[in-house]
Amino acid sequence: MIRILVGGTVVSAFCLLGEVLKPKSFAGLISAAPSVALATIPLTAAAHGKTYVSLEARSMVLGALSFFAYAFAVSRILIRWKWPVLPVTSVSLLLWFASAFALCYALLGTVL
Amino acid sequence: MSLATKIKIDPSGLGQSHWYEYLIRFLFGGIVTALAGVIAKRYGPSIGGLFLAFPAILPATATLLARNQQEKKQGQDRNSAQKGGGVLRGREAAGVDAAGASMGTIGLAVFALIVWKGLPHLSLAVVLPLATLAYFVTALSIWSLRETLWRRLREQFRMLSRHSDANPHRS
Repeated sequence: MIRILVGGTVVSAFCLLGEVLKPKSFAGLISAAPSVALATIPLTAAAHGKTYVSLEARSMVLGALSFFAYAFAVSRILIRWKWPVLPVTSVSLLLWFASAFALCYALLGTVL
Repeated sequence: MSLATKIKIDPSGLGQSHWYEYLIRFLFGGIVTALAGVIAKRYGPSIGGLFLAFPAILPATATLLARNQQEKKQGQDRNSAQKGGGVLRGREAAGVDAAGASMGTIGLAVFALIVWKGLPHLSLAVVLPLATLAYFVTALSIWSLRETLWRRLREQFRMLSRHSDANPHRS
């Protein structure tokens, strides 16, 4: 429950920041802010210690690279073909999952 | 033109959102954060860490941004609703937002890198603010570099166009 409250608050704060910033491409930077990480890391560190968080952060690098692939694909599709936003942003999440797990398997030797 | 003159804070953007949009973002962010914790607990830090960089904000903000831009455009020009101009403009705005996010992900990777390498040696109170600052600096630098290069390319293209218009027989 506390994760939902903290996560919701941090994500909302970054969303508000993104709304007031112009131009839109600059505001878009905030969409990739480490909001989930900032909400999660202090709680995880308190529960499991710094070494555990460090291991999570190692995987987070791969998650961030997958996020790049996802955001780049979404931007190209929306700007070039102007397909509906919700299906594009939702279905493209499959790209994030595929990329993240493939990188995790290739570089860390684990998937599950 | 300096970078400072280009980036603006416009509080009027806050008025464009409905209360339930804030609620959707809050719930979306909260659920993703909770899920990241549950996945880490179930499958360990290697898999759980991936979800610390899950695109939590982008799908929600892009959808709401597209709708707000569409409503704004249709409010400006009633005919655009019939032509679908507002819809297309909204989708394009969401695309620009996602392009910005793709630049921000490099900053996110730097954030993760600093936490990964820094946390075993330094305290969380030092590493987390440092990593957050590094995220902002990296994302801002990449954005400004891209803007500068893009502006120069456009200017060069404009100069070439003028040159070929002035000397139509030379090309």
